[in-house]
Amino acid sequence: MRQPTTEDFHSSGDAPLSDQELMRIGQDFPLLRSTPGGRRLVYLDNAATSQKPQAVIDALQTYYTSQNANIHRGVYYLSEQATDLYDSARKRVQRFLGAPLACEIIFTRGATEGINLVAQTYGRRHVRAGDEILVSAMEHHSNIVPWQMLRDERGAAIRVIPITDEGELVFDEFLKLLSDRTKIVAVTHVSNVLGTINPVKRIIDAAHAAGARVLVDGAQSAPHMPVDVKDMGCDFFVCSGHKMLGPTGIGALFGRAEHLETMPPWQGGGDMILSVTFEKTIYNDPPMKFEAGTPHISGAIALGAAIDYIESIGIERIAVYEQELLRYGTERLQAVDGARLVGTAREKIGILSFVMGCAHPHDIGQLLDEEGIAIRAGHHCAQPLMERLGIPATARASVAFYNTREELDLLAAAIGKVKEVFG
Amino acid sequence: MSDKRTLYDQVIVDHNKDPRNFREMDAPTASAHGHNPLCGDHLIVYVRMEGERIADVSFTSGGCAISKASASIMTDVLKGKTRQEAEALFVKFHHMLASDATDAVPAEDLGKLEALRGVREYPVRVKCATLAWHALAAALNGEARTIRTE
Repeated sequence: MRQPTTEDFHSSGDAPLSDQELMRIGQDFPLLRSTPGGRRLVYLDNAATSQKPQAVIDALQTYYTSQNANIHRGVYYLSEQATDLYDSARKRVQRFLGAPLACEIIFTRGATEGINLVAQTYGRRHVRAGDEILVSAMEHHSNIVPWQMLRDERGAAIRVIPITDEGELVFDEFLKLLSDRTKIVAVTHVSNVLGTINPVKRIIDAAHAAGARVLVDGAQSAPHMPVDVKDMGCDFFVCSGHKMLGPTGIGALFGRAEHLETMPPWQGGGDMILSVTFEKTIYNDPPMKFEAGTPHISGAIALGAAIDYIESIGIERIAVYEQELLRYGTERLQAVDGARLVGTAREKIGILSFVMGCAHPHDIGQLLDEEGIAIRAGHHCAQPLMERLGIPATARASVAFYNTREELDLLAAAIGKVKEVFG
Repeated sequence: MSDKRTLYDQVIVDHNKDPRNFREMDAPTASAHGHNPLCGDHLIVYVRMEGERIADVSFTSGGCAISKASASIMTDVLKGKTRQEAEALFVKFHHMLASDATDAVPAEDLGKLEALRGVREYPVRVKCATLAWHALAAALNGEARTIRTE
């Protein structure tokens, strides 16, 4: 197994991230050292995508310069090596997510594709007219639209789990919505707008007791907190590589083996078959059954390198440090006159959405950009949530472990300037 | 602030804080709704024509500073102009924002609209700046539909 170059440096058990370590981490990310537009970059758009450490960039480069070959069935050294690297990346994802078996990990283009895959295979097989799919009011469009497509095809219904003004699921209402008509509960682990960490374990237990299956959207959780799908008990879990230091175009779907085995395939093509005649095709076993065609080999390998990098620091230590950033950033933003935080759940990750009476989120984002601070402004692909909250958009700062308290000071100061300009 | 020209010219900030002709109109000859899904900007432009002349123009909106300030400046400069003059100004304004050449339209041709020249450096915001103009054009052309700029 290839070790990341930073491993020796970062390994520090359970100790909090030291200032020295943080400096070293900053050096590992070439883009964070760059000065786009001639300004020092303060990157606080991590919920949209993370920056990439050199180890991940190197993994992509190494693959194309010295390892590139198509996987499976090649009888030559390069192909065998590429196959090993690809399989080894799958094992890293399996371990990182706590999946019991490697064959329960399917490589996808990202969380969105994972949800579509489940809706179009498991969903089409099991959801019938009159059945219900539960989603929450805080879902990203990617965990709404695939279910609407399934609903329309199958004559099913979608019911929405409400949330409080603080941004927490109303658990009692969820329990009331559960019935023997509920076939699938699709809920986000962490809200990309509010930062809310949902009580997925309790949701899964209740859903299972009602006979429903649960898909957890882990796009925002996997990069920021320990995930253990076995302990969680979910049926399906999806995540996106590019939000967790990996390249774009690669992600993972975890599905319990018992489901994957009985689910029909999704796309047809090479690799997903055992044998083909014009009369009959015998499908391959999971995970290959769901990976038709040449996959994103370099992306999977680089995602493996991203996981190695995260584990070299430790996801628990990352979570602890980001909680400290959340606490500090919340305090700083609450002290800014005229700014209001959106999303104040008790359990949160480091996402700070806010609005200001004097300025539209796009104006806030633009003024912050003039200070070299990159945040996101808009509906964040969660228009139903915006409607629920009665706002057209939010400005959103989202942290990663390479951010610092000093950067949150700069954020707060820049938001203060917004008030000066527009107030 | 950086050395890059700021988007928020003082004129824009003033018009955003204190928009001109920000009101519904009782008996407009025409009105049209503009929507920019990117920002969530909504505005309605009202116009009262007397023959070919714009006797009154006003708007209401909810959205970003650029869309609101641009709408405000537009109503300011168009009152009393003919339909033809308004269309010619829109063409110049749009050309200034969309052209690759920074000096495609001289400042003296734009008058008060010159304050929005900084927007051309921010391609995603050009649509905010032109939203009111597209809505006005739709109203003048009798298209009482929702105009989207995206």
